[in-house]
Amino acid sequence: MLTGKTALITGGAKGIGRAIALKMADENANVAIVYRGSEQSALDTQKEILAKGVHCAIYKCDVADFTATKALVTQVVKDFGSFQILVNNAGIKADKLLIAMKEEDFDTVIATNLKGAFNMTKHAGTLFLKQRQGRIINISSVSGLMGNIGQCNYAAAKAGLIGFTKSTAKEMALRQVTCNAIAPGFIDTDMTKKLQPEIKEEIIKLIPLKRLGQAEDIANLCVYLSSELAGYITGEVIKVDGGLYI
Amino acid sequence: MVFEKVVEILRNYKDEPELEVTLESSFEGLELDSLDTVELIMEIEEAFDTSIEMDGTLKTIGDVVGLIEKAIA
Repeated sequence: MLTGKTALITGGAKGIGRAIALKMADENANVAIVYRGSEQSALDTQKEILAKGVHCAIYKCDVADFTATKALVTQVVKDFGSFQILVNNAGIKADKLLIAMKEEDFDTVIATNLKGAFNMTKHAGTLFLKQRQGRIINISSVSGLMGNIGQCNYAAAKAGLIGFTKSTAKEMALRQVTCNAIAPGFIDTDMTKKLQPEIKEEIIKLIPLKRLGQAEDIANLCVYLSSELAGYITGEVIKVDGGLYI
Repeated sequence: MVFEKVVEILRNYKDEPELEVTLESSFEGLELDSLDTVELIMEIEEAFDTSIEMDGTLKTIGDVVGLIEKAIA
């Protein structure tokens, strides 16, 4: 489905990003993985992807750093020739009730989850416009649509990503570049494994499909949105949440 | 000198070596849409190793030349 394409995935070493990277490779795309802290996970993911017979490289970069992301895009183009798919997946959490939240908790989450997507999209977008093709996929969250206790920072960043997606879609459409957002619900990853069991039980009660999602559920949609099949879809926000927010 | 270089970049960008350009030529008249204009200005900035403020007041080639001349003076 993605033969001849290269995908850059931020936060691609672990969790949902890792599943996206693996699924893209299954569809014959070359993969550039961007990670910040987890070098061993990045190396493990790279090894798994290389075994699928596609090209894969890993890059250490903080997406919140504007200058670093510019250098990153230049390096990926140098290594892969070009790339056509950008997945803004890198995200962090610093959950606290609003009144207990420190300024730093708010700022760092916005910097990585929202400004990080701006940084990457600005630099990759310039390339996509020039090459008259590109797919941008932003990983938002149902938190950004429905809000969530303890996540005023995270939900604000994820809601911000939706406005960012729609504006970018309108601007880039002139060059056939599409931009969409995926809003996962509760997905079974390390992030949700940290939840207390009783909270997890309560969450599952709220999901019509009565189970957590799998990272592959997000990866499948990501592949579809990157493929030729989705060429007429842009500015869309697609929930993958088992019906949590209907 | 700035004008000649800008014209060269513009002709390359549009792939029209004989394109008639004057200081009064507008982006609209040159059939450049908003993204073309931004891309073009970015190429010009790169060529002169400088940066100019891209806002709604930039309408003609002369506007860009003027700002570049000021920036590299």
